Amino acid sequence: MAGRQMDVLDCRGQRCPLPVIALARRLPELPVGTVLRVLADDPAAANDIPAWCRLRGQEYLGVAGADGYDVRRVS
Amino acid sequence: MAYLDAAAGAPPHPVARQALLAAQEDGWADPGKLYPQGRRARQLLDAARGAIADQLGVRADEVLFCASGTDAVQAAVLGFRAGATIVHSAIEHSALLHAVADRSAVSVPVDRLGRVDVAAFTAAVREPGVGVAALISASHEVGTVQPVAEVAAACAAAGIPLVVDAAQSVGRVPVPDGWAVLAASAHKWGGPAGVGVLVVHKGTRWVPPWPGADPAAPDQPGTRNLPALVAAAAALRAAGAEADAEARRLYPLVERIRTRVAASLDRAGFAVSSGSSCTSSTLRPSHVLEAMGVLSHGNVRVSLHRDTTEAEVDAFLDVLPGLVADLRAQAGVAGL
Repeated sequence: MAGRQMDVLDCRGQRCPLPVIALARRLPELPVGTVLRVLADDPAAANDIPAWCRLRGQEYLGVAGADGYDVRRVS
Repeated sequence: MAYLDAAAGAPPHPVARQALLAAQEDGWADPGKLYPQGRRARQLLDAARGAIADQLGVRADEVLFCASGTDAVQAAVLGFRAGATIVHSAIEHSALLHAVADRSAVSVPVDRLGRVDVAAFTAAVREPGVGVAALISASHEVGTVQPVAEVAAACAAAGIPLVVDAAQSVGRVPVPDGWAVLAASAHKWGGPAGVGVLVVHKGTRWVPPWPGADPAAPDQPGTRNLPALVAAAAALRAAGAEADAEARRLYPLVERIRTRVAASLDRAGFAVSSGSSCTSSTLRPSHVLEAMGVLSHGNVRVSLHRDTTEAEVDAFLDVLPGLVADLRAQAGVAGL
């Protein structure tokens, strides 16, 4: 991750689909290549964040600790 | 109001209404009794069982009646030995999943379209300790028709009995043979609610899971709603006669919905809308959509039936894209 920013989007306490909407708003504001860590504790986020990445052609990197999901902007 | 939720339950078929009223006149007595009213009820019960057996292409003594489709599918799996492992698809109805919650179970994944992985299913039923397998014939949430014949062949090769939950197929499309036990639900084919049908092929090592069931005549114990059974049989006969024509009429309408909805959602760049498939009581996403790896929000299930008209579908398609756009604008997510 050297030389790249790690942004964090804290969506804990929000019900899906709000975390995915927040992700969709935030990611385009970041430079291509940036990794965004989404924190979300709604159980549907574990399904919806990877699914959104696939639909939008962004890279889902996997879970990161409790309630964390890492997404890289690729386009 | 146009009703587009046939997967939850089809509107009653007109012949079901007629049969229900007629059977209420002389089908009210206990069919186990020998006085004339009881014998008349027995005749109606036997006729209903025979008609359903004919439609399903099975023997009348293989057809059992249950209090609901849920009871039928749960009894289908619970009639097998509790100690053995059950192999099932990841997208079975929750009624079945609840029934096997405290049993050893292997869940076989599905692809993005919700089709079960036949190779994985085949491998799973060959494992030691497996006693039964279960597959839904067509998904109640997304409509994907499952490869029942291929899975049945794999189960037969492994010597494992297959339970097929055919609630969404019976009365609409043929269900391939090769299963040991089949479960269905009359109100999915235009019969009344409260009629579950279980077919247990002869030679299956299945034991009625209900306390006090008579092994020789193992309908679910308790007085069945005989007029409803008669109506269910009449509706299935009628649905069976119309099934091909209805399929030819409805498939193009379903395709029209798919194409138009996908095109308008795609054009507007929709990925998420304000819907939710969370099971209302639990807030957990649908296990079916989860297994498919697709978004669990923003989905609408549309399912058609014999009363659905082309005009209703077109009216639905005319308003849906605008409604979704309005909702997205209200939620402030229009550009996402």
